[in-house]
Amino acid sequence: MRARRTPEPYLWLLFSGGGVVAALLLPVLVLIFGVLAPLGVIEPPPAARVRALLDPLLVRLALAAVVGLCLFHAAHRIRFTVEEMTRGGRLDVVLAPLCYGAALTGTVIAVLVLF
Amino acid sequence: MITLQVSRYRPGQDAEPVFQDYEVPLRSDWAVLDGLAHIKDHLDGTLSFRWSCRMGICGSCGMTVNGEPRLTCGTFLTDYGEGPIRVEPLRGFPVIRDLVVDIDDVLAKLAHVKPWLIREGEELPLTAEYTQTPAQLEAYKQYSMCINCMLCYSACPVYALEPDFLGPAAIALAQRYNLDSRDQGDRFDLLATDEGVWGCTFVGECTSACPKHVDPAEAIQRYKLTAALTSVRNLLPWGRS
Repeated sequence: MRARRTPEPYLWLLFSGGGVVAALLLPVLVLIFGVLAPLGVIEPPPAARVRALLDPLLVRLALAAVVGLCLFHAAHRIRFTVEEMTRGGRLDVVLAPLCYGAALTGTVIAVLVLF
Repeated sequence: MITLQVSRYRPGQDAEPVFQDYEVPLRSDWAVLDGLAHIKDHLDGTLSFRWSCRMGICGSCGMTVNGEPRLTCGTFLTDYGEGPIRVEPLRGFPVIRDLVVDIDDVLAKLAHVKPWLIREGEELPLTAEYTQTPAQLEAYKQYSMCINCMLCYSACPVYALEPDFLGPAAIALAQRYNLDSRDQGDRFDLLATDEGVWGCTFVGECTSACPKHVDPAEAIQRYKLTAALTSVRNLLPWGRS
């Protein structure tokens, strides 16, 4: 018997990839741009420099990947946390498209902003 | 003395499980199982529970002790201070009587994952010897420590919600053979399903509950990676096996 086709392996790859990215890169980005710079602990980089930093295609692609993977990671987590807390596997039909749809929308917005 | 609040269910007599209190001696060397044996021997011979080895090897005496899945032979009365200690059957399983639960479902799942060494093109009986390096032994040894006590199933919220879920011990058992250098079997079709590894949401309670440090949660996550990469490879036109 062949295993039934299921989208779970691909969703899980996005989730686990997002987990790695969220654990390794997100804290640094949040610390620099969300905490230290606004508090004035470090000199906030001038807008022109940030824009120059984003100029290479590779940087923008990497940033889009970081945002997208983190969003899919969150979507996966929220989907299963809500389902387990509401004991509602039946909710999955609505919840899964909603969660991953939101992640996809966020990724598209990130791409639109970056490019 | 310490109070044991023991869940009783006598089919034909109780409509649903009820608690009955027993006073047992509080001795520093007594486990909860010794308390139950004291009840059976001296206070109430009608109490039913499973046990065998009294030393954490047979996996028979798993019960819910103060809400946690525990081996009662390794859970000491003195760990609970003044008490009382509440002893219930393993959660997530149908109760047959008192503290005895129906484990047929898990036994069937353990057998379902082909828990034996699969060799290609060899006639039975197998006569060749296959030596292993210490590193090859180490690759699966941890997963071979499982005693089938089913505490992990009792702790797993997914199993409670989805009775079809293959579950922690069965997947760890499959990994015990997948990671064995002597095994040539392919368990992808058994494991890479919605009821298999994809049913797991990595709550991790199975690993917390495991008295033998098997770490079923790790086994499942590791197989998820294997299964995901195999699924991607199967999608590629040149990768189909």
